[in-house]
Amino acid sequence: MNKITDETIEYVGILAKLELTDEEKEKAKKDMEQMLDYIDKLGEPDTENVTPLSHVLPVKNAFREDEVTNSDDSANILKNAPEEQDNMFVVPQTF
Amino acid sequence: MSILDYSALELSKEIKAGNIGVAEATKAVLDHINNTDKNINAFITVADERALQKAESLQKQLAEYRGKEAELSPLFGVPFAVKDNICVKNMRTTCASKILGNFVPTYDATVVSRLESAGAVIIGKTNMDEFAMGSTSETSAFGITKNPADTDCVPGGSSGGSAAAIASGMAYGALGSDTGGSIRQPASYCGVVGLKPTYGRVSRYGLIAYGSSLDQIGPMGKNVEDVAAILDIIAGHDKNDATSADLEGGCFADACVEDVKGLKIGIPKGYFAEGLDGKVKETVLAAAKTLEEKGAIIEEFDLGFEEYAIPAYYTIASAEASSNLERFDGIKYGYRTKEFNGLHNMYKKTRSEGFGPEVKRRIMLGSFVLSSGYYDAYYLKALKVRALIKEAFDRAFEKYDVILGPVAPTTAPKIGTSLTDPLKMYLGDIYTISANLCGIPAISVPCGSDDSGMPIGLQLMGKMFDEKTLIRTAYTFEKARV
Amino acid sequence: MSKEYETVIGLEVHVELATKTKIFCGCSTAFGGEPNTHTCPVCTGMPGSLPVLNKQVLKYAIAVGLATNCEITRFSQFDRKNYFYPDNPQNYQISQLYMPICRDGHVEIENEAGETKKVRIHEIHMEEDAGKLTHDDFYDCTLVDYNRSGVPLIEIVSEPDMRSAEEVISYLETLRTTISYLGASDCKLNEGSMRADVNISVRPVGEKAFGTRTEMKNLNSFRAITHAIEGERARQIDLLESGEKVVQETRRWDDIKGESYPMRSKEDAQDYRYFPDPDLPPIEVSDELLEEIRAAKPEMRPEKMKRYKDEYDIPEYDIGIITSNKHLADLFEETTDVCKQPKKVSNWIMGEILRLMKETETDPENLVFSPENLAKLILLVEQKVINNNMAKSIFEKMFSEDFDPEKYVEEHGLKTVADDGALRKCIEQVLIDNPKSVEDFKAGKDKAIGFLVGQTMKAMKGKADPSAVNEMLRELMK
Repeated sequence: MNKITDETIEYVGILAKLELTDEEKEKAKKDMEQMLDYIDKLGEPDTENVTPLSHVLPVKNAFREDEVTNSDDSANILKNAPEEQDNMFVVPQTF
Repeated sequence: MSILDYSALELSKEIKAGNIGVAEATKAVLDHINNTDKNINAFITVADERALQKAESLQKQLAEYRGKEAELSPLFGVPFAVKDNICVKNMRTTCASKILGNFVPTYDATVVSRLESAGAVIIGKTNMDEFAMGSTSETSAFGITKNPADTDCVPGGSSGGSAAAIASGMAYGALGSDTGGSIRQPASYCGVVGLKPTYGRVSRYGLIAYGSSLDQIGPMGKNVEDVAAILDIIAGHDKNDATSADLEGGCFADACVEDVKGLKIGIPKGYFAEGLDGKVKETVLAAAKTLEEKGAIIEEFDLGFEEYAIPAYYTIASAEASSNLERFDGIKYGYRTKEFNGLHNMYKKTRSEGFGPEVKRRIMLGSFVLSSGYYDAYYLKALKVRALIKEAFDRAFEKYDVILGPVAPTTAPKIGTSLTDPLKMYLGDIYTISANLCGIPAISVPCGSDDSGMPIGLQLMGKMFDEKTLIRTAYTFEKARV
Repeated sequence: MSKEYETVIGLEVHVELATKTKIFCGCSTAFGGEPNTHTCPVCTGMPGSLPVLNKQVLKYAIAVGLATNCEITRFSQFDRKNYFYPDNPQNYQISQLYMPICRDGHVEIENEAGETKKVRIHEIHMEEDAGKLTHDDFYDCTLVDYNRSGVPLIEIVSEPDMRSAEEVISYLETLRTTISYLGASDCKLNEGSMRADVNISVRPVGEKAFGTRTEMKNLNSFRAITHAIEGERARQIDLLESGEKVVQETRRWDDIKGESYPMRSKEDAQDYRYFPDPDLPPIEVSDELLEEIRAAKPEMRPEKMKRYKDEYDIPEYDIGIITSNKHLADLFEETTDVCKQPKKVSNWIMGEILRLMKETETDPENLVFSPENLAKLILLVEQKVINNNMAKSIFEKMFSEDFDPEKYVEEHGLKTVADDGALRKCIEQVLIDNPKSVEDFKAGKDKAIGFLVGQTMKAMKGKADPSAVNEMLRELMK
């Protein structure tokens, strides 16, 4: 049985940039423990000499040529920004 | 016969023959949405004005093609719906999430530009589970979609809006996306046809990613012929999607022939074991019988590794999702929290307020299985098990042309009964997720209904890039049923 | 009694590749656009957008790998490095962790004792650059510009084989020369197209095991690198001597204060959750591609030095300087092609050009005058249309603004006056005006003629050939 600690939930919250209420944390711990117990099934089959399958298609070497194809669309792109200034995205002070 | 009763192909024929105007058909659909959708909630956005403008310009185009209408696409003039995780330029695209509640894409998804160049009228964006994470369409930030067959039931998910729209006549066809069954399962619950193409068959460019190695856009429609015709339009290589396959598709519509003589169909024994509803089992096996009567060779076999599909799937999908959804941070688009204290607090509050519980659950799980110390035990292990599952299917396809099974263990459940136990809900994906893990095509076609009249779907899975055999089999079955 | 310590240094060098477009989209990599004008859905992380690899990035990465004796990974992949920061629109960087494109190489450097030393290269991988953040103090916020987001980079990771700042500089210079000769990058440290992160640890001399290392970032000049290494070495030794431990961390070097400080907060757990990027299919490097890249390899520095020695009669020292920089060597060759005066071109480079470059702190790649115009100027002197001093003063102008010296000489009437009558008249007046010098000269003070030449040149506004003036002065004073 997997045991998820408060520290783990806190740590994963930092990685995922999610802030959970105490109630949500308890629920998340329970959910994650239950899922991990289930996922532990993956340990059953012998995967000793199996190559991990990260891409299901045998497609390789999909390249583009080094040619400029895009023009300036910043006006439209920035329209979606919650906050914009001087054609730039605005974020809280980073340092 | 009402305009709304036509199939997509029939409607286009009538339009080309001059019997129905493009705007007339579009208006009929929009009026119907206006009357019906308050009960169903299949749409998040209805683009009336844009649709009517497009209809006008298509009508003009038709006039220019007088006498050579055959050169126009078989779906010319037909109103379609698009799932709300597929970008349409200048049309709000939300993924049914608060975090993208006001997002307006600056570009068209490749499938959308292909559909529009073929003369389709996009009438709006359909409801779904938030970020396609769910199998009931109940996790949408824009309200629950209801099943047209019984509004107390869910339409399935995540492409529940697309399926419900077709089933209730609010669209002649629709685009959905399928990461673990999200086209096939709602198609099954709502009694329409849904096809998940081979991974790489249809460009993902413009599809807001959930699990990138599993996601695939596909057609949903009233019948197999419509679905094949839509696939003809959207399939094909796209230089903007490096994972799209560069090969000739051929004409899928031509595969709509009644002929399964000598076709070898395998039925995995494991798919008919415990957990499957009795009536569903009976109906699906009866469908197999029908195909047998049409000349197919039906055989039961042991597929193997069935029980590992769900744990592998949820590990991989959650991991990819945790990374794909990092870009929703309140900086470039979408929702940003009102009050915050510094950058990281802004990130956390924006995301915690913007995402719903199911999305957060999967992001947390995905971040965990990729985190330092767990990557090998969970994520890498899941990729290895995925390889084993694919090998099992490869072996099966050495013997069989098609694998037949149910789409879902039950018919559509009642609204409000699924989300309480996530693991139980995930187990419902048992029959559909293998096609995504292996990248193979699969189709869901209606095969009957349960005692309360809720639709049941038949699932056919095929070899990589062999959609044609699936279409041929599904078409033969569909004709035999009538 | 304090111990002797040895510094152990490894480098992570980021080099911006000289492609026309970004690594995963068709946006221009040109410098100097207005903010966010070189962006698209891909490099601003728009939902639904997908990356497609620029083939030229792969070619440059392999070319650098081959030139640094690496093994080329025949089956390679991209991975996602996940971390939240506003300069990174997806909040993950597409990079290579598990299967970098090049591995196990080395370069040979010259250390301070003049010996050749091998520095091993652990790997070279391809990745995307981040956007630019500027701070607006007035509004107390940060502004994000994604023009640089998605510019292709290679990261060259060395083994911890360097032992001093001098070796580090020598290593960087070797990389810079190699990569700029390949044309894969212009490698400008001050403009950020070459950046170095320095991993540094100390250990008592004789000790086998490595000490705990720290990583120093924000180093954009050789000077800053030298200072940072010296500063960090001292800081670590102080810690060890006072019985404390070095903490493994990333530190930011402030070259103005001459101090470093830790960069990360609690919110930056350094757990990047790398996994293979499902959007980018694997790369298989074929024999044909390798052959194509090998065949396209330009002349590198050692071959060039040898060729110069064989072809041109110029000093070995000059060859060393001129070939130390690809742009300088290009200037030399292109100018020589036009004027066919290798020796003169070399003298110009070694003299006026290097002098002005040093004075104005100009890098060779930023020289504005064209080789054609330099060649014309050299020919004007050779054909005695102008004299050397005139050429130098014209060149000072050309150095900041490229123009055709032939036209310039014509338009400003600067040609040497070849008319003997005019010169004779001028000299006669100079002799009248300077009787003292004439007397001195006649009295055997040969030096006095220098003054008279100067006076004549001044009167002629420089438009005379000094040797002709000298000759005529002697004749008239006979």
